[in-house]
Amino acid sequence: METALPGVQGFLYPNEIELQWSVLIVLYPFITGLVAGAFILASLERVFNVQAVKPTYRLALLTALAFLLVAPLPLQLHLGHPERSLEMYLTPHTSSAMAMFGFIYLWYLMAVLLLEIWLDYRKEIVLRAQSTPGMLGWIYKLMTLGSYNISPQSLEIDDKVGKFITVVGIPSAFLLHGYVGFIFGSIKANPWWSTPMMPIVFLFSAIVSGIAAVLLVYMLISFIQGRKTDMACLDTTARYLLYAFLIDFGLEMLDLIHRIYEADESFKTLDFMVHTQLYTSQVLLQIIFGTIVPIGLLALVQLISLSEAARKGIYVISGLLTLVGIFAMRWNVVIGGQLFSKSFLGYTTYKMEFATREGLLPTIILMLLPFAILWALVKLLPPWQDEAGHSHSS
Amino acid sequence: MSSRFKDQEHLIRMGVLLLAGIIVFFVLRGVMVPRDFGEYGHYRGGALEDNRARPAVYAGRKACEECHEEVVAARKGGRHAAVGCEACHGPLAKHASDPAAAKPGRPDAKTICLVCHLENVARPAKFPQVNPLDHGEGKACSDCHKPHQPKIS
Amino acid sequence: MTSKSDRREFLRKSSKFLLLSGAASVAYASVAEGQPEKAPNYRMHDHWWGMVIDIDLCIGCGNCVRADKAENGVPLGPKYFRTWVERYHIPPGDLQHPEKEELPVVDSENGGFDGFKEKYKKGDGSKNFFVPKLCNQCSHSPCTQVCPVGATFESPDGVVLVDREYCLGCRYCIHACPYGCRYLHPETETADKCSLCYHRIVRGLTTACCEACPTGARRLVDLKDPNDPVHEFLKMHKVHVLKPQMATGAKVYYNALDGSVR
Repeated sequence: METALPGVQGFLYPNEIELQWSVLIVLYPFITGLVAGAFILASLERVFNVQAVKPTYRLALLTALAFLLVAPLPLQLHLGHPERSLEMYLTPHTSSAMAMFGFIYLWYLMAVLLLEIWLDYRKEIVLRAQSTPGMLGWIYKLMTLGSYNISPQSLEIDDKVGKFITVVGIPSAFLLHGYVGFIFGSIKANPWWSTPMMPIVFLFSAIVSGIAAVLLVYMLISFIQGRKTDMACLDTTARYLLYAFLIDFGLEMLDLIHRIYEADESFKTLDFMVHTQLYTSQVLLQIIFGTIVPIGLLALVQLISLSEAARKGIYVISGLLTLVGIFAMRWNVVIGGQLFSKSFLGYTTYKMEFATREGLLPTIILMLLPFAILWALVKLLPPWQDEAGHSHSS
Repeated sequence: MSSRFKDQEHLIRMGVLLLAGIIVFFVLRGVMVPRDFGEYGHYRGGALEDNRARPAVYAGRKACEECHEEVVAARKGGRHAAVGCEACHGPLAKHASDPAAAKPGRPDAKTICLVCHLENVARPAKFPQVNPLDHGEGKACSDCHKPHQPKIS
Repeated sequence: MTSKSDRREFLRKSSKFLLLSGAASVAYASVAEGQPEKAPNYRMHDHWWGMVIDIDLCIGCGNCVRADKAENGVPLGPKYFRTWVERYHIPPGDLQHPEKEELPVVDSENGGFDGFKEKYKKGDGSKNFFVPKLCNQCSHSPCTQVCPVGATFESPDGVVLVDREYCLGCRYCIHACPYGCRYLHPETETADKCSLCYHRIVRGLTTACCEACPTGARRLVDLKDPNDPVHEFLKMHKVHVLKPQMATGAKVYYNALDGSVR
């Protein structure tokens, strides 16, 4: 059908021509997912006492914090009236998934992540507060809250409380990202989003992306600091990545098969979209290169014995592919859900801008920002105790 | 007992800090939430007034008929009697409140009639439609049909 | 001296008032003539607004779209509409295999603002008709449900409204509307939608689109008013709402709505 509007195919309700949620909203679930995933990896060590992943414990917590601090920024930047965003806390509408997310975010940041990091690092904070001069010393002094007691008894209490917080933290991390999935999954008007699978698919893809991110960050920091990576830790983490990936992939395929088999009124439209506009990001990036290839590589390590260098190489490649795949998954949900008309009669296109408020440039900056924060956090609260190398913390 | 307290002191300090944060939140909330919020439901009661405050642009046919009795008489019983005045003459609230402030123009009889009566297959079949190429010999519609009483008697 | 300037000030102010709300003052005048339930003593709880649209009467002239944009300051151009008109074209299909049926061909160039140029031929066996769309003023509205801050709401008289002073511009509501009735106003950067001309109906006027509709295809109705002809109309006609499977409690009733309409 001919049309005067560029990028529009078939019929859309006129208000649908413009996309409402940009690449920034793609970034938001991606970042939140990294937070939840990283935290869940850290909790593994603490709650289930998995010794092998201990070297990444603190790093995972700091990674989670760095990303969590950035998570609300893309939302803030996207709002028509960022100055009103506090209303979300002042007059939260209890029937809105988005309003409730604000509180879950705060709970997770304040009651879980900050507290757990503080308890875990308290001994070092106190020691550094006593030995570090200048500005930095004052920061440490502030963090001690004026209590310098690091007696064995007090540290034992910290450990107990920390464990309790971790136990509370795991469902909180599940909630954090499950809720992001619910924000999309609960929109009955949009068949691409509206599925009860959404929270659980988001959750497992979050775990996958978080583990992959910690794996990569661990290798990167070790490389930069010239520190030997703990191969047992890498192997175990990679194994968890594979397991989480298999569940995630299974869930996503279940959703797909269900849609194809039911073939309801929206199916023709969505099927066409996946085969045209979303082909690259969904079929190629998300499913083939972002899921099947890394699963294959990670499974290969389990099946045949490879040299350390080969395993490391595989972990780097599959970790990177995983992150690309999960980002593509978020893209396909957020952008894909807006490309078709709710009349099921037409399609629009998303043209990403560059140096605008919601363009590619701020997206890249926001994606790099957590790494800058993480760098500062690692300086402030080194995840490894001694300067020389391998000994474990806590 | 006192040593146990001492070993937990930092936790109590943290607890007080969190509590203080929560108190600050509730104080801020008390100050910042608009007074009329929740007056009728989960929204600002004043928003109703805001929505009402907008000035009308269309006066409504009642307003027209108050002054233009001769037109009411002319339209009576005709095929166009039910058509609102502003459907053809355009929005005239300004004119209704101050007749001198805005003078309505006379609609162009060559185009305005066709807005409704130009042939189109999607129009209901019963609705009178014409193709100006084979109807009216190029004359203005109003040469034969009086807009306020369009049926040619 | 002072009293004179006071008087002048009063005149200036009151003429400004008249200018701003001319229709209102006229409406007030008609109230004075004995229609007590209208205008100044408007009581929200006595009303429950909706609309009835008769597809058989719509001629696709676009008057409603133009009137709405003028009345409510809706930005011009093809992307922002509080109301719009769609043209449906349903070619003769394979009745034995409806599942293979071609989708209806729908167009709405500039929302019908400029009317519809003839596009199809008479007698080609197709079915053609116009469908006006607007906010359905749902009584269980998904847009209200998802608004995180209470910036959109169902008023006590059954109209879904937006609080421009409170809206964040998060656009969650735009996604939640199954009918595509919301947009982000490019100037205020807040969500915007049909207010059923709330500023008019509380003054005893009908909506701008109904005022401008030449055939009476759309009619504002008060479902709480026992004397409103709507009750008789709904009894005598087979009506339908859009996307009933969405269970939104839509209050815009369509007469003669074809099953192909989305």
